[in-house]
Amino acid sequence: MTFVRQNLGGWGNCPVLPCAVARPDSVANLGAALTQGGQRDYIARGLGRAYGDSALNRDSGVLSSTGLNHFLEFDPQTGILECEAGVSFAEIIQHLLPRGWFLPTTPGTKFVTVGGAIAADVHGKNHHVDGSFGQFVLSLKLLTADGSVRICSPTQDSEIFWATVGGMGLTGVILSAEIQLLRVESAYYDVTYRRTGSLDQTLEQFAATDSTYRYSVAWIDCVARGASLGRSVLMLGRDVAATDLSPRLRRSPLVLPEKRIKAVPFNFPSLALNSWSVRAFNGLYYAAHGDCQKLVDYDTFFYPLDGIRHWNRIYGQRGFVQYQALFPRETSREGLVELLERITRSGRASFLAVLKSSGAAGQGMLSYLFPGHTLALDFPNTGRSLLPFLQELDAIVLRHGGRLYLAKDACMSTETFKAMYPRLPEFLAVKQRIDPEGKFMSSQARRVLGLGGN
Amino acid sequence: MNASATVLILGANSGIARALCHRLAARKYRLILAARRTEELETQAADLRIRHGIEVACEPFDALDFDGHAAFFERCVQKSAGGLEGVVLAYGSMLPQATTQTDLTAAKRVLDANFTSPVALLSLAANHMEPRRRGWIAAISSVAGDRGRQSNYTYGAAKAGLSCWLQGLRNRLFHHGVHVLTIKPGFVDTPMTHGLLNPKSPLVATPEKVARDIDRAIHRRHNILYTPWFWRGILTIITTIPEALFKRLKM
Ligand SMILES: Cc1cc2nc3c(=O)[nH]c(=O)nc-3n(C[C@H](O)[C@H](O)[C@H](O)COP(=O)(O)OP(=O)(O)OC[C@H]3O[C@@H](n4cnc5c(N)ncnc54)[C@H](O)[C@@H]3O)c2cc1C
Ligand SMILES: NC(=O)c1ccc[n+]([C@@H]2O[C@H](COP(=O)([O-])OP(=O)(O)OC[C@H]3O[C@@H](n4cnc5c(N)ncnc54)[C@H](OP(=O)(O)O)[C@@H]3O)[C@@H](O)[C@H]2O)c1
Repeated sequence: MTFVRQNLGGWGNCPVLPCAVARPDSVANLGAALTQGGQRDYIARGLGRAYGDSALNRDSGVLSSTGLNHFLEFDPQTGILECEAGVSFAEIIQHLLPRGWFLPTTPGTKFVTVGGAIAADVHGKNHHVDGSFGQFVLSLKLLTADGSVRICSPTQDSEIFWATVGGMGLTGVILSAEIQLLRVESAYYDVTYRRTGSLDQTLEQFAATDSTYRYSVAWIDCVARGASLGRSVLMLGRDVAATDLSPRLRRSPLVLPEKRIKAVPFNFPSLALNSWSVRAFNGLYYAAHGDCQKLVDYDTFFYPLDGIRHWNRIYGQRGFVQYQALFPRETSREGLVELLERITRSGRASFLAVLKSSGAAGQGMLSYLFPGHTLALDFPNTGRSLLPFLQELDAIVLRHGGRLYLAKDACMSTETFKAMYPRLPEFLAVKQRIDPEGKFMSSQARRVLGLGGN
Repeated sequence: MNASATVLILGANSGIARALCHRLAARKYRLILAARRTEELETQAADLRIRHGIEVACEPFDALDFDGHAAFFERCVQKSAGGLEGVVLAYGSMLPQATTQTDLTAAKRVLDANFTSPVALLSLAANHMEPRRRGWIAAISSVAGDRGRQSNYTYGAAKAGLSCWLQGLRNRLFHHGVHVLTIKPGFVDTPMTHGLLNPKSPLVATPEKVARDIDRAIHRRHNILYTPWFWRGILTIITTIPEALFKRLKM
């Protein structure tokens, strides 16, 4: 297998690092790349939708899994799909939604792989009800450092399983997995939009709707200050039965009419997203959404940004970082106020900011969410001034008992990471057992584990 | 199109073939996948069955096993239940030009993989289709066969031979209702070219894009397909440069 030197980035294009990339087209070739690749160490990579350096490995091996994208078995009675790790959520939807099966939970883009979704134990708008993706993984096949393939599940080699779910590729390469899909009757959601005037109102709304709506998320205006700090547009969704559709849609309730996809053709000059345009966007977005209820198709509901391919290019060549902070329920109000105030004061308003209420913690040792509220923001890469600013935010999150999301992170320090993930020693013990030489390593892992050379 | 018609894919594990199989499966053909790596074939067959709900069979196949061709082809015809409607030739092999200049066994392997074995196998296909007066043959040649260049002329010559042979075959089979498509891809991002091409360059196409073009050309009965389309223009220019000038270029 050839390894090709290539400059790679995550979805935020920050950082961009030289890596040696292999693109095997089969499990056998992937195994050969790992055992005979001659690189210092390796990290698996899916569709590169993690924002920072999770799927990067400076000057060393990156194993792309997008060539392993086969469906292996599907049981239309139970909705259990076994597929290779490089299969994308988009492919699952394309082929199985028309037969009445959808993803049990999904991130805000369908261009992620099953492997990436397991490795980050991703969450969706239904986390407060259904938990994260790992809950729906029945078993997986893992290529480990010694070249052997292990089958693990919540009952077989469960420690390896829960170290791999949320383990960001550091236990090995996920080759395939069995996942439980969700039976749906239609491709549509009944969505209620509610505008709130303040953060308190937003949190109250989440509390009032957590048990009555399966899906919820709030777009938060992070330009608003003072009494309207944290004002939001809440989107609350429910599955729709085929019988509740209009006669026209009922004819093919699981198939959407074709849509045109727009694309951002090139990197924008960095001026395009200045504070003025962000301010204008935030104001307009809030004003444009009154309280209402409507029927929305799955693509618009779950994947609004997928409608514009390469939207990350609006941040220009220097890229941007995503910042996702989670606060425990007890402290989330104070934490969010402090964080939002710090952000509005800095003038680094985010183009898009999303707030979600989170439910029970997943069992993955490094899984991200626990009960509370999680806020995700974008910050354009403004060069040297960005890092100290983010470190200030890190301190706020840490002080309130919160944590950051590895799939979004590009900057967190070793100390911060260790303080935020108390089950890290448990994870490292498993890693030590199955990968004693540290054959699986990413630039992010070197940074957050304090190994140097990221 | 005949819903239960069978198509044989020679070299079904190639990057371009994998993408093309999805296109053909979406048209509900029954497929016979043939290639050397049989475990990968089974994986691909399972995938196609689940995604498209079609019947798929697999057949181990090595193009350089000339003595085995006839029996191999017979097995495929047997599996086709009613004869082959289409045959796609999608394998090929490219070795560095420098290697083929000093190692004549390597040069012969390139000629055999891209010219001699296609001639042998597609003759079997043609002889199968001719009396039935139906069907189509689609073979992947290359723009590299349109003009010999110092950087890749052994492979180029094999593909040139294939393109020329296909012209004759098209001429012959036209009179018997069988269609022949010559496919000339430009740069395609597949395992063959991994590390040789920059996938981000606008000149490099995805296998999916090329597969879409091939599928359309088969069913519109085009004769010679350049894919993506702009390669036809590029090759028109390259082939009109006078030899006296061309020999001085470093291409
Ligand atoms: C627009 C957008 C919205 C998003 N919204 C959400 C959201 O709502 N919720 C959420 O949780 N996340 C969200 N994300 C993040 C995204 O879901 C995760 O980063 C996911 O891991 C990306 O999958 P990928 O296939 O692109 O993996 P990559 O980005 O390529 O890799 C991510 C991690 O997974 C590991 N990995 C990938 N494949 C394998 C494998 N086969 N074996 C072992 N490890 C592997 C990598 O090593 C890396 O550590 C969003 C991202 C974008 C761009
Ligand atoms: N990629 C390009 O830029 C480009 C441009 C023009 C034309 N082409 C042509 O397109 C076709 C498909 O290639 P690709 O780009 O998709 O590359 P690829 O994925 O490397 O495919 C080449 C395939 O040929 C098979 N093969 C080689 N020798 C064989 C033999 N003796 N018997 C059976 N199978 C054999 C290989 O099988 P194994 O998997 O068993 O090795 C492999 O699957 C080839 O004819 C190539 O010449 C490609």
